[in-house]
Amino acid sequence: MADRAIALKASERDNVATIFADGIVAGTEVEVLDPTGARTLMTVVDDVPYGHKLALCDIALGAQITKYGEEIGMASQDIRRGAYVHVHNLDSMRGRGDLEREGE
Amino acid sequence: MPGFMGYRRPDGRYGARNLVAIIPSVTCANDVAQAIVRQVGGTVAYLHHQGCCQLPPDLERVTDTLISLGRGPNVAAVLIVSLGCEGTDHARMYDELRATGKPVEIIRIQELGGVSKAIREGTDIARRMVIAASGLQRERADLSNVVMAIKCGASDTTSGIASNCVIGAVADRLVDLGATVVFGETTEFIGGEHLLARRAVDEGVAHRIYEIVDQMETRAKSVGCDMRRGQPTPGNIAGGLSSIEEKSLGAIVKSGTRPIQGVLDYPEFVSDQKGLWIKDTPGREPEILTGMAATGAQFMCFSTGLGAPQGFPSMPVIKICGNPHTYERMEEDMDVNAGLVITGERSIEEVADEVFAKIVRVLGGEMTKNEAIGYFSAIDIHCLGPVI
Repeated sequence: MADRAIALKASERDNVATIFADGIVAGTEVEVLDPTGARTLMTVVDDVPYGHKLALCDIALGAQITKYGEEIGMASQDIRRGAYVHVHNLDSMRGRGDLEREGE
Repeated sequence: MPGFMGYRRPDGRYGARNLVAIIPSVTCANDVAQAIVRQVGGTVAYLHHQGCCQLPPDLERVTDTLISLGRGPNVAAVLIVSLGCEGTDHARMYDELRATGKPVEIIRIQELGGVSKAIREGTDIARRMVIAASGLQRERADLSNVVMAIKCGASDTTSGIASNCVIGAVADRLVDLGATVVFGETTEFIGGEHLLARRAVDEGVAHRIYEIVDQMETRAKSVGCDMRRGQPTPGNIAGGLSSIEEKSLGAIVKSGTRPIQGVLDYPEFVSDQKGLWIKDTPGREPEILTGMAATGAQFMCFSTGLGAPQGFPSMPVIKICGNPHTYERMEEDMDVNAGLVITGERSIEEVADEVFAKIVRVLGGEMTKNEAIGYFSAIDIHCLGPVI
């Protein structure tokens, strides 16, 4: 294992990466590995559990969140670069019977 | 052409197992079927919860699914256990299964005069069937005779990066060898359906892919709530999957890259369909495992991140674990460690080689971990309408 934890970016178009390391807390510096093999350093600003995601850039409320080069949801609040991205700030846009009910 | 050692059935298919299936035509016959299985080695029962007080399309669906299970190449002979008054068409089950050329018998609990008498009669028939089947020898069969089912369960974010990629690589190899590969979990196409539709062999198949996803999403939305927690499950969410879209994009990777030939209905048995197919199923284990066994699959490759131990009575399930921590913790239930992709110790192709070798051994009789531990009784048939 490298000294620095690796966050995997699945596609070049992604604005999130997945961390496969334990003990990632706010202030940890991680290496973001993209599909071309390029590595960039980034400081994580929240605690992020194993297998969870961090934002690779600032993502505005309502903006699309992209993984595998495809949309996986929408930012439900402004998300800072290096922040933890999960159900608290990412809204799914599919299977939303609740939204359809509100719209009725 | 690589091959495997299988049991040749009267319809020309090759089985990886040589089991006598005890099929309750309705849930009310489960206890008799279970008693027979406890008594007679080499038998398995499908202990489902359907078959009566359902609307006609569901009764037909249950009847068709049970027929398809009985036709499966891992099944040498079938004993149908009927109560006598159920909604499924047990006479049709008997006739259609007989037509396959396999030994098939039926007992009816009410007609025989009760549970004890049915258990006695059924045990007697099953014993004779097992002895007759046990003499059959394995013969060499081409891998183009293989029907592989694939699924992912208890997924986390390692699934889409490691174990599902491994299964995708294996799926491509089997398709290229002329075999049949079937994947399902329509719920987990939501958000990735455009990528699947792009691989459809024609417009009609692409349209059908959009249609089954729309039907599944409409059923989910009809309850009027956010699907999240139902799909992705709390376990998926704990594992880092934030939305059904993210889960789907990681899940469909397991289908590999080859063209999609068509969509099979839930009870459908593959006849001469080769290549990659979709089966319209939900994601939950009991229902998809049953649906996939009903396809006629000799085995299943099952990817997991959090650790799903389930199997199926007549279909060996090979567990491929993408999360290195889970593999370490649950090695007793996991067949292959794809977590080595995450730790950088193996490539996807290297783990695919390991899975391929395991597949050929399993086809030839080697047990999977869930077979050895006997963890496979929680099964069910996916129905669409209410119980009435």
